[in-house]
Amino acid sequence: MASEEELLEEITSSEYKYGFVTNIESDKAPKGLNEDIIRFISAKKNEPEWLLEYRLKAFRNWEKMEEPDWAHVNYPKPDFQDLHYYSAPKKKKELESLDEVDPELLETFEKLGISLDEQKRLTGVAVDAVIDSVSVKTTFKDKLAELGIIFCSFSEAVQEHPELVKKYLGTVVPPGDNFYAALNSAVFTDGSFCYIPKGVRCPMELSTYFRINEANTGQFERTLVIADESSYVSYLEGCTAPMRDENQLHAAVVELVALDNAEIKYSTIQNWYPGNKEGKGGIYNFVTKRGLCMENSKISWTQVETGSAVTWKYPSCVLKGDNSVGEFYSVAVTSKHQQADTGSKMIHLGKNTKSTIISKGISAMQANNSYRGLVHISKNATNSRNFTQCDSLLMGNNCGAHTFPYIEVKNKSSQVEHEATTSKIGEDQIFYCKQRGMDEETAINLIVNGYVKEVLNQLPMEFAVEAQKLLEISLEGSVG
Amino acid sequence: MIKIENLHASIEGTEILRGINLEIKAGEVHAIMGPNGSGKSTLASVLAGRDEYEVTEGSVNFLGEDLLELEPEDRARAGVFLAFQYPVEIPGVSNINFLKTAINEIREKRGQDPLSAKDFLQQVKEKSALVELDGKLKNRSVNEGFSGGEKKRNEIFQMAMLEPKFSILDETDSGLDIDALRVVADGVNKLKTKDNATLVITHYQRLLDYIVPDFVHVLYKGRIVKTGDKNLALELEEKGYDWIKDDAGVTA
Repeated sequence: MASEEELLEEITSSEYKYGFVTNIESDKAPKGLNEDIIRFISAKKNEPEWLLEYRLKAFRNWEKMEEPDWAHVNYPKPDFQDLHYYSAPKKKKELESLDEVDPELLETFEKLGISLDEQKRLTGVAVDAVIDSVSVKTTFKDKLAELGIIFCSFSEAVQEHPELVKKYLGTVVPPGDNFYAALNSAVFTDGSFCYIPKGVRCPMELSTYFRINEANTGQFERTLVIADESSYVSYLEGCTAPMRDENQLHAAVVELVALDNAEIKYSTIQNWYPGNKEGKGGIYNFVTKRGLCMENSKISWTQVETGSAVTWKYPSCVLKGDNSVGEFYSVAVTSKHQQADTGSKMIHLGKNTKSTIISKGISAMQANNSYRGLVHISKNATNSRNFTQCDSLLMGNNCGAHTFPYIEVKNKSSQVEHEATTSKIGEDQIFYCKQRGMDEETAINLIVNGYVKEVLNQLPMEFAVEAQKLLEISLEGSVG
Repeated sequence: MIKIENLHASIEGTEILRGINLEIKAGEVHAIMGPNGSGKSTLASVLAGRDEYEVTEGSVNFLGEDLLELEPEDRARAGVFLAFQYPVEIPGVSNINFLKTAINEIREKRGQDPLSAKDFLQQVKEKSALVELDGKLKNRSVNEGFSGGEKKRNEIFQMAMLEPKFSILDETDSGLDIDALRVVADGVNKLKTKDNATLVITHYQRLLDYIVPDFVHVLYKGRIVKTGDKNLALELEEKGYDWIKDDAGVTA
C-alpha cells in the first residue's frame, strides 16, 4: 500500500523527458538493403555460415512479401532502401568495470534514471544495456553464470553458444512468418539471449534497456529466451528514445520457449518517441512477439505501451503442451496523433490449456487505439479455457477506441469468455477529485492509475514505478 | 467566514440563483431548506466551483478572498468542503490512497511536508471511528459498490480527514435510514468547533433534529425568502412549503 502511494506522489515534469541525443561515434553500413548488406552484417558480426544462410533465406522470403495493411493504422510506408541496416558504437577496448564505460553513455543512463551503477548496487537487476544494436556492457553475468544461466547479447550467444541459438532460433517465429519478422530475420544486428537451465529459478529480474540512438538507423532487435524444464525467469524490457524528426522504424522479434513445467514472465515498458503535437516524427514499432508453451508451462506477457507513432504488436502464446497457461496483460496509451493496433493471440493446441487476456486501452486527444485479438481453440484442445477482457478509456471527444476480437473454437468442451467496456473519463470524477484539493493532472493520474491497476500489479515493483511515471508523462495536458 | 452577496447564477442560459444574500460566521451552522428546484444544490455547486454554472452577478467573499476567482481545487485548499449529494465512484483507486493524495497535495500547496504514513494511518483510525466507517471500506475503491449510507458516511469521513473551515452538506440525508442519519449527524456534530462553519442543505426537517442549526433559511425560486431559527424548520415540516410560496408570491 505504502509504495503505491509513494508512486502517486511522484509527479514528474512534462514534454518528452527523454528527448536528447547522445553523440557516440558509430560505424555504419551504407543505406539500402540487398544480399551484400546482409553479408556485410554477418561478416561484421563474425557469424557462422548457417546464420548467414538463415538471414539470406529470410531476405528472399521478405522480398516476395507485401507490407501488411490490415491493421487499423495509417502511416507513410517506410522506404526500406533508404535506411541503414547496421550501426555500431566504435569499440575501444574490453571493459572491466563501469569506470571504463564511455562517460557520455553513463550520463545518458543518468538522464534516464537507470545508471548501471545504481542498478548494480541497489536493485540487484542485471542490465544488458543495448545502445544502437550492440551491447556495451553486461552486468551480473558472473553471478548468473554460477547457476548456469546465460544472459548475454545475441551476438555473444552466437559466438559462445551456437548450438543453443541454432536449436531454437526461428522455432517460434519462423523466418517467413510475416513481413516484419522476415525483415528482422534477415537484418537483425543484436539483441538479447537468455537461457535458464533445468530446474533453476532465476534469482533476479533480468532486464534489458533498449535505446535507439542514431538518426535514420532501423533497429532490428532479436531476443530469444529459453526456459528449460522446470525453470523460472522474469524478464524485463524497457526502452526510451531520443527526440527526432525522421521516422525511425523498429521491427523486433522476440521468441520465448518455455519447456515442460517452466515459467517465463516477460514485462515490457515501451516509451519511444511518439511524434510531436502535429504527429510529426516518432517511431514505427512493428514487433513480433511469440512464446511457445510446452507441457504444464506458463508464459505471461505484461506490457505498458506509451510510446511510438505507430504500434503494431500482438504478443502471443502457442499453448502446445497440455495444461499450459498463457497470459497477456496490457496497457496501451495513445495520445496526440499516436496510433496503436495491439492485442494478443492465444493459440490453444494442448488439452486443458488456459489463457487470460486483460487489455486496457487509453486514448487521448486525436489518437486511435485498437485492440485486435485472436483466441483459437483447436479440435484437440479439449477442456480449454479463455477469459478476455478489453476495456477502453477515452479522454476527450476526438480520439477513438476500436475492438476487433476474433474467436475460433473447434471443440465443444472448451469455454471462452469475452468482456468489453468503453468508458469516458468523467467530468464528475475529475470535479470530485478537485473538490478534495487535487489539481487536474493529479486527478487524471489517479483515475488512470485506478483503471490500469490490474495490469500494473503484474509488473515487478521497480518497473511499476517507471510505468506509472510514463503514464503520467504521456497523458499530461491531454484533458481540459 | 463567508459572505454571499446578490449572487446570481445560471446554467445553459437559465437563471437558477437570483440574488442570494447570506453571511455565515465561524462557529455557526446554517440550514438551507426549500422545495425541489429552488436552487439548493445549485448554490452548493456554485460555491464549490462546478464550471457548468455561470455566475452572472454578485460576489462571494471567503476569509477575505474572492471565492469566485478561485479554481475548485484552490477553494478546497482554502478550506471549502462539499459533501456530495451523489458521491462519485473511482474504480481501482483505494479510498485511503485517494485521501492521502488529496491531503498531501493540499499540504504541499500550503508549503507543508507530506504527512508521514504513521500519522496518516493514525488519523484514518481516529476519524473513521467518528463516523463508524467499516474498516473494509478504507481499502475498497472510492465509493465503488458502496451502499447509499456507506457513501454518505464516506463523505463525512473525508470531511473529518480534510478538516475544512467551511463545509457544505448537500442533501447528505437523502437516501439514509434513521440509524445512518444519526451516525452521519453525530459525526458532523463532533467535527463542529468555534472556528469552522457548516451549511446544511436539506429537503426535510428530520436531519435538523440531529444537527441543530443556528439559522434556517428558506430558498425559493433562487432567493432566500425567509430566515429564522430551528423553529422555522419545524413550522415548514408542519405546514409544508406552500405558505412560503404564497408569501413569496406576495412580496415578489
